[in-house]
Amino acid sequence: MSNAVIIKDAVKKYGDFIALKGINLDIKEGEFFTLLGPSGCGKTTLLRMIAGFNSIEGGEFYFGDKLINAVSAHKRDIGMVFQNYAIFPHLTVEENVAYGLKARKVPSAEIAPRVKEALELVQIGHLAKRKPSELSGGQQQRVALARAFVIEPSVLLMDEPLSNLDAKLRVQMRTVIKKLQRKLGITTIYVTHDQEEALAISDRIAVMKDGVIMQIGTPTQIYAKPENPFVAGFIGVSNFLDCTVESDGRVTIADELTIKVPLRRPYTGPGKLSARPEQLFFAPEGMPGTVQFSTFLGDFIEYEVQLNNGQNLTVNEYTKDTSTVHENGEKVFLNFDPERISVYEAESEEVITC
Amino acid sequence: MLKRKNTSIPWYMDPWVWVKTMVFIIFILFLIWPFSSIITNAFKSAKTNVLTMENFEKFFTKKYYYGALWNSVGVSLVPTLFAVLLGVPMAYLMTRYNVWGKKLWHVLAILSLMSPPFLGAYAWIMMFGRAGSVTTFLARYGITIPTIYGFGGIATVLTLKLYPYIYMYTSGAMESIDSSLEECAENLGSGKLRRFFTVTMPVVTPSITAGALVVFMSALADFGTPMLLGGQDFRTLPVLIYNEYLSETGGNGNLASAISIIIVIITLLMLLVQKVYVGRRNYVMSALRPPKETEVHGFKRFLVTLPVFLISFISFLPQIIVCASSFQHTNYSSFTGGFTFENYANLGTRLWSSLRNTFTYSSIAMVFIVIIGILMSYAIVRKKGKTGGILDMLLMAPYVIPGSVLGLCYIVTFNQKPLILTGTAAIIIISYVIRKLPYTVRSASAFLLQMDPSVEEASINLGVAPMRTFWKVTARLMLPGVFSGAILSWVTCINELSCSIMLSSGRNNTLTIEAYTNIVRNSVGSGAALSAILTVTSAAILLIALKVTKGKIRV
Repeated sequence: MSNAVIIKDAVKKYGDFIALKGINLDIKEGEFFTLLGPSGCGKTTLLRMIAGFNSIEGGEFYFGDKLINAVSAHKRDIGMVFQNYAIFPHLTVEENVAYGLKARKVPSAEIAPRVKEALELVQIGHLAKRKPSELSGGQQQRVALARAFVIEPSVLLMDEPLSNLDAKLRVQMRTVIKKLQRKLGITTIYVTHDQEEALAISDRIAVMKDGVIMQIGTPTQIYAKPENPFVAGFIGVSNFLDCTVESDGRVTIADELTIKVPLRRPYTGPGKLSARPEQLFFAPEGMPGTVQFSTFLGDFIEYEVQLNNGQNLTVNEYTKDTSTVHENGEKVFLNFDPERISVYEAESEEVITC
Repeated sequence: MLKRKNTSIPWYMDPWVWVKTMVFIIFILFLIWPFSSIITNAFKSAKTNVLTMENFEKFFTKKYYYGALWNSVGVSLVPTLFAVLLGVPMAYLMTRYNVWGKKLWHVLAILSLMSPPFLGAYAWIMMFGRAGSVTTFLARYGITIPTIYGFGGIATVLTLKLYPYIYMYTSGAMESIDSSLEECAENLGSGKLRRFFTVTMPVVTPSITAGALVVFMSALADFGTPMLLGGQDFRTLPVLIYNEYLSETGGNGNLASAISIIIVIITLLMLLVQKVYVGRRNYVMSALRPPKETEVHGFKRFLVTLPVFLISFISFLPQIIVCASSFQHTNYSSFTGGFTFENYANLGTRLWSSLRNTFTYSSIAMVFIVIIGILMSYAIVRKKGKTGGILDMLLMAPYVIPGSVLGLCYIVTFNQKPLILTGTAAIIIISYVIRKLPYTVRSASAFLLQMDPSVEEASINLGVAPMRTFWKVTARLMLPGVFSGAILSWVTCINELSCSIMLSSGRNNTLTIEAYTNIVRNSVGSGAALSAILTVTSAAILLIALKVTKGKIRV
């Protein structure tokens, strides 16, 4: 049945290049866990190590309490959905789905109903007799999905399964996947570079960069409290500002504005502040700036405001909260919501706010 | 620090390690070892068995020998040049215009390329030889035509046989030019001709040189044509190797070995020149929108068709002539006209034994070629690494080492302990496998390159072990590529002459050897009949294969 996946100090090397620099993950049974990061961050490499397609240069991989480092790929009892579907082109839809069951020596009387059920679950029961070449991209992806979960694997791996679909289908399919995963309760590890997709689909997300995990957390934690500037910049949009921090939590930005933020530990020195466009607002007093440009986007207005030091900030104002639109060239004052913004040490980029 | 125990999968569990080892053993045993033994042989004296340069000295001081070197280079370079002059325009017309009977000319080109190696020479002798039909006809009116024996004849025959390589390599490249590139040139104000020389030609040049290299190597290695048309005074290196070996009775073929080394050095040099040239001009192109052919009508269409028709028809003509002649009466050494089956009837048991040998040997070789070919192409494409690269290089060997040289290698190596194979059928079959394997590997590799590797991973992931996945999914999906390559391997096995003639001990004669022997003995009736059977067989196999693969055979 479904398994927890525990990874300790995973290292991957390609010659002298270290692709993964000691990854630690503790994925719970039945969890939908996403590896998110820009291309080249090592997320697919890690997934393929779990699948057994990449060699492991260091560390230990466990399914439950079973060490799987030395278990061959075909004995790991994993379901996997590939980026380009990887449907067997010479087999029909139902033969594709039955493939793993046959390999597992499931009695043939049992195979047909299970294949049928799996195809119904992804809503392509009527395509059972078709050849893959007669299917659309979305349909092929459903076949790949059915083929992966019909074997009731202990872990389901998905490698950017939606990246080849068009935008509308992508949103539709991610709901299909999410609902299916809830229903079956299989531990799922999902790889994507699309932060919106990750936020929408995951129970927890690990954000990766250059072979290192930058933050692990639920979608809300990651969005609301990014632990370093990279996560803040990669997930959603963030404004970064240089500042100085004093041990009592007073943060001064460009000698123009001082706010008080709650600190998790005392720190004095240069810092870096990140604020999302909706965490900034226009106020009667604060940091002076000039509106450069405004874009009306229906439910909110996006402003580009230039500070006195020349830096541009993005500020969002919700249409429901205001009745006026600031003109280009208008002098404004900006302020922050000190409870919500994040402040980092300038040097180590570690978060110091609560 | 505590040293952690190694928990990954041990190397010996990977079946591909064993597959590669096996392939390496085959190549070491039947290519590297034989070839290195003729290298040592080349530096040995026939009498004293000590290291010496005397074989090379003899070669470079006697005109009889070094003259053949110049002859060989000449009859390789000139056909290469003319093949380019025929092949490139033909490729251009065929890819860019609605030529009448396009498919037919294409098939004819493949058929002439895959015809028996001596067939062109033989047909030309029938027409323009000393007692040829055209020669005697014209002589009645007091007209004498220039002799076809010697340089001119050999160069002509080789050009007409080998130009399809250029045609096919070039048309392949021309089809993959994105049409926007040429449209862009036109947009920038280039005329049609200027566009051809400044845009189209530079882009297809790497393919042309690749084709030219193959033509050069095939011409240099050709044995049947110079043997028939060279006569007493015009010898090429492969002919020399054969003669030297036959005359050096009891010896180890020391001088023949030295000549073999020289011929291999020439091919390697040409290979190097081509690689260096292309290395600087490698344009990667993937046609998003392949060029459309221009529709021309009436007289214009006739004009674009005529050159294509002439080239492919004249190069195919020898096969028609030989087949037609085989039904003529003969008075042993010349044809006398009329229609008869007696040439076939007279073949008797020789026909059946040589037919049986041809099909037994080539079929057994095919089984090995297909199995080794599938495994090897997979090892090269999917399991790259150092060993994959070396395998890929070893695969070039049959192009670089002419048939007669490999034949000599085998005779020298396998006529003594520890492995005595000379005079057996096995040695012929092995030579087939080593020489014709590349067709299958290349074709299968091309197919494999386009195949998504995650299909295999999906199967492994679903619980089917890697080796079973390979046979169940990968090999199954590679079949079309393997098939079209294997057909070429098979047809070229059937037509193989230069190597098997050195390895055959009379009773192992194949159809090709038997036909060739009869032609040399001037037994024209039997020669024509056997050649006709050979031609028709090869053509039939190719036509069926073209039909089955819908024309997707790549040479």
